[in-house]
Amino acid sequence: MNHWKNFIKGFIRENPVLVLLLGMCPTLGVSSSANNAIGMGMATTFVLVMSNLSITLVKDFIPDKVRIPAYIILIASFVTVVELVMSGYFPALYTQLGIFIPLIVVNCIVLGRAEAFASKNKVIPSLIDGLGMGLGFTFALLILGIFRELLGNLSIFGYKLIEADGALVFILAPGAFITLGFIIAVINQLKKT
Amino acid sequence: MAKTESTFINMLITLFVITLVASTALAYIYDITKEPIAAAEAARKQAAISNVINDYDNDPVSEMYKVASPFKGDSLECYPARKEGKLAGMAIRTISKKGYSGSIWLMVGITADGKINNIEVLDHKETPGLGAKMKELFFKDQFRNVDPSIFRLKVKKDGGDVDAITAATISSRAFCEATQLAVDTFNNKEIK
Repeated sequence: MNHWKNFIKGFIRENPVLVLLLGMCPTLGVSSSANNAIGMGMATTFVLVMSNLSITLVKDFIPDKVRIPAYIILIASFVTVVELVMSGYFPALYTQLGIFIPLIVVNCIVLGRAEAFASKNKVIPSLIDGLGMGLGFTFALLILGIFRELLGNLSIFGYKLIEADGALVFILAPGAFITLGFIIAVINQLKKT
Repeated sequence: MAKTESTFINMLITLFVITLVASTALAYIYDITKEPIAAAEAARKQAAISNVINDYDNDPVSEMYKVASPFKGDSLECYPARKEGKLAGMAIRTISKKGYSGSIWLMVGITADGKINNIEVLDHKETPGLGAKMKELFFKDQFRNVDPSIFRLKVKKDGGDVDAITAATISSRAFCEATQLAVDTFNNKEIK
């Protein structure tokens, strides 16, 4: 598989949120606005790239029976790094994302890519896979965030378009499910043609 | 290169090395980020205090003292603000546990004569679009410059003077409760 195909698969064909339906918890939790979506997407991308990179480097040294705990230690370390750096240098974003940052540890996408890709491939493809999957996740969150913010708050990236109240349901969790459902339907249609 | 065998000793060594490396790296990062995190936290407090108290020339954060609250483990933080040595007011970090989903933390600014100057919402987990509207001016502003000995800090439904947020009476009640707690703390204070 060439590198470009490997990179681009995370966006539509194997998009972790819209096609594989992994990592629903942060997806529904933080996609209430476009800014949150980007912040969360970037944090997850960083963790994905770093965990894929480190796991592919150490995979030969780790005995099979303890590979999952070993991967989880690596992933949890990178998440803690993100958490510390974010609370120190981007306190506003950190307050917004709150509990969802530590929860990246249990995001299925990260462990899923470690197990399904990084532990079986060489360094460069693993790096590209992590980046593609991370950006695909960001992309899915961003679409969701833009629609939810637009419908729920009548604003884009925090800029109010019309001074009025939107449909509150889109900011709340049920609206996330509804929006996600419609987006998945569109993606399925796109994949057919 | 051949994969390491899953023998007991191999597993033990691998996990030991990985945890050792991970914890060393984390300790290092923690050390670097400790100061920026403390600075960000202090800046947030400073900003909240200067929002609720207008005129002071001391550093209220350095004079902060704690007062026991009715809630176990969460004491109130009092930040005395002074102008030329005299008490100009006080910012009190107060809490209510009666929010719709969890606790609500407010910074309440009280002037020296006991009036509420301004209120800032520090942290809450209320429903977006309903209870979260307590951050907005239309609700918060009814507390500005009121004298809590005349103005009853309760929602109208409970016989007070506060207009509750539509469809968020519980959040409004919690807001009032936290404010009342700050007022009581101010009235019982010892320093002059």
